[in-house]
Amino acid sequence: MFDLVLFVAFPYLAVVTAVWAGIYRYRNDRFSYSSQSSQFLENRLLSWGSAPWHYAILLILGAHLFALVIPGVWGSLISDPVRLDILEVTGLALAATALFALGLLVYRRLTTPRVRAVTSRADWLLLVLLLAQVALGLWVSLFFRWGGDWYLHTAVPWMTSLAKFQPEIATVTTLPWVVKLHMLGGFLLIAVFPFTRLVHAVIVPVTYLWRPHQVVTWNKRPTRTD
Amino acid sequence: MDIRAQVSMVFHLDKCIGCHTCSVACKNIWTDREGTEYQWWNNVETKPGTGYPTRWEDQEEYRGGWKLDGDDLKLNLQSKIGTLGNIFYNRRLPTINDYYEPWTYDYDHLFTAPEGDDQPTARPVSLITGEFMEIESGPNWDDDLGGSPVYAANDPNLEGLSDEERSQMEEIQRVVFFYLPRICNHCLNPSCVAACPAAALQKRGEDGIVLVNQNQCRAWRMCISGCPYKKVYYNWSSGKSEKCILCFPRLESGQPPACFHSCVGRIRYLGVLLYDADRIEEVAKSPDADLVEAQRGIIQDPFDPDVIGSARAGGVPEAMLTAARQSPVYKFVKEWQLALPLHPEFRTLPMLYYVPPMLPVLAKVRDGKYDVADSDAEGLTPLLTSLESARMPLRYLASLFSAGNEDVLTDVYRKLIAVRVYKRGETVGDVTPEEAREALIMGNMTAGEAEAIFRLTALPSVEERFVVPPLGREAAVEEQEGDTYTHKREAGFGTRTGPARRW
Repeated sequence: MFDLVLFVAFPYLAVVTAVWAGIYRYRNDRFSYSSQSSQFLENRLLSWGSAPWHYAILLILGAHLFALVIPGVWGSLISDPVRLDILEVTGLALAATALFALGLLVYRRLTTPRVRAVTSRADWLLLVLLLAQVALGLWVSLFFRWGGDWYLHTAVPWMTSLAKFQPEIATVTTLPWVVKLHMLGGFLLIAVFPFTRLVHAVIVPVTYLWRPHQVVTWNKRPTRTD
Repeated sequence: MDIRAQVSMVFHLDKCIGCHTCSVACKNIWTDREGTEYQWWNNVETKPGTGYPTRWEDQEEYRGGWKLDGDDLKLNLQSKIGTLGNIFYNRRLPTINDYYEPWTYDYDHLFTAPEGDDQPTARPVSLITGEFMEIESGPNWDDDLGGSPVYAANDPNLEGLSDEERSQMEEIQRVVFFYLPRICNHCLNPSCVAACPAAALQKRGEDGIVLVNQNQCRAWRMCISGCPYKKVYYNWSSGKSEKCILCFPRLESGQPPACFHSCVGRIRYLGVLLYDADRIEEVAKSPDADLVEAQRGIIQDPFDPDVIGSARAGGVPEAMLTAARQSPVYKFVKEWQLALPLHPEFRTLPMLYYVPPMLPVLAKVRDGKYDVADSDAEGLTPLLTSLESARMPLRYLASLFSAGNEDVLTDVYRKLIAVRVYKRGETVGDVTPEEAREALIMGNMTAGEAEAIFRLTALPSVEERFVVPPLGREAAVEEQEGDTYTHKREAGFGTRTGPARRW
């Protein structure tokens, strides 16, 4: 019963919260949709923290999603032991990078008075959750090897079943508690996403790539008659 | 031809006394909030000097504006892909240290300090952290320090100068400086707009005012690097970029911007220019030496029937065309060619123009007497040679106002000198009519023009200085929201909730 709450009810609740609150906030308080950059107040430590953190975590997140959405392709990718080795090592390196960089960002917020002045409680909550989640992830990849493989047979069927609205939790309930915590941590982050500055992750300005450089706004664009 | 209207500006530097009334007027209206204390949408710099933020003109460091890459006009900052790649950390962003840390004083201590042998003091307190701090710089930190080795010597515009020219400016008895008031240039080819990946910065089509949409800004902070004039500022508290809005709420109710209205020296002129939007890119691609001339070329004659016809066809209102015909800016920039853009080599086509300051002439101390160069010479010579014997090297001014083209500045100064000589002939009487004519020929102008320049420079009324076009606020409300009556009761400027973090 408790497992059902954790692995069925909680993920659904998390996703519904994220979507509902995210849309509510976008519609009613768009001003608050911001990355809230603090680079203007502190530059040096940020340069060592921000870029490595973002690139490492995006690649790790991308690998998780890739294996979840197209498990077949991922399966054939890791079918070769050499490729599996490479992915395992790369993943470990990225996780270590992410943890180090995030640690640096936390240190920066703690020790720089100017940055601490613009840090809200929600920021601290988010930082602690992220730090715990990345640390758990690194722990899992260190002590439960070949995650690239067993992820396909445990978490992927579970999340796929959730997406199909036919919850199947047998593949995850027997896993070690560290792994379970990492899984639930992921959904907890989804749940807190709309209440924190993490909203900046869904407003990545990709349209810039095909937009003309100049933006001119008109009350009503005159239609030329000549 | 795609004729559009631009509310444009002229600052007459000869009249600026460096009183900072403009800066204070602006601050009191727009930037007295948390996160904006350090922002001076209008600031007045001492030149030579490093400016605000420090060394803002150094584009090797900040990479603002545009660059010519073969036949292409590219953002100096980075490509579009580069923008997304550098979004997590912007290498070209100035930090608050390049401006100054805003502070107040612990005044309370003056009243609550226990009795003692010393006077209590009010220590400075940071407005960011609330902690005691040491003041290391502040607004106008290098005010009037035109000859200082610490500030003035670091002016990026001095780089092209010879050692002789440098020592000429720095020698203590000849120290020379002038004031440079700066606001947003509301450029025709704004690189802040082009650099913003979220399209939060926009140029208004009807009047050309460049604004940051506060609801669309996501703190990607590329605009701050992108603007070569560093006239977009980051609100460290709300996490949004902000900039000079040319007091559009005032313009829309028929008043000039606050910095214009409050100007003690009456150095500021505001008016409409008509320009051909189809030619922006072509003009921005001109070689350095031709930039000023090309920028004059994009400004269209508001009396030309073809231009008027095209403007009407493009939906420019009749009242805007009328304002363009009365525009003092058109006279200074295009008709008389006296006003020049600041750093045209940034290729943003700035729409704020400067009439360069008259130059003090060289002087020597001889036998304990301070003598102006050529003062012994006969007749007009001291006046006419004031350009050749100027203490401020033309090359320095050319670095500021004409992308290095000294001929452009020479022409401007010949005109300014001609007006001076002509009027001296009228009022002082020690210049003969022949000599006055000679000066006018050198300045390439008629007596009528000299008189008109004199009048608009020295004796203009408020209505002559500020020709604010009707901006059609009511029509805009109807267009955007439908019902002017509801709008009148409900709308104000700004957001309905305070611009603070709430999540």
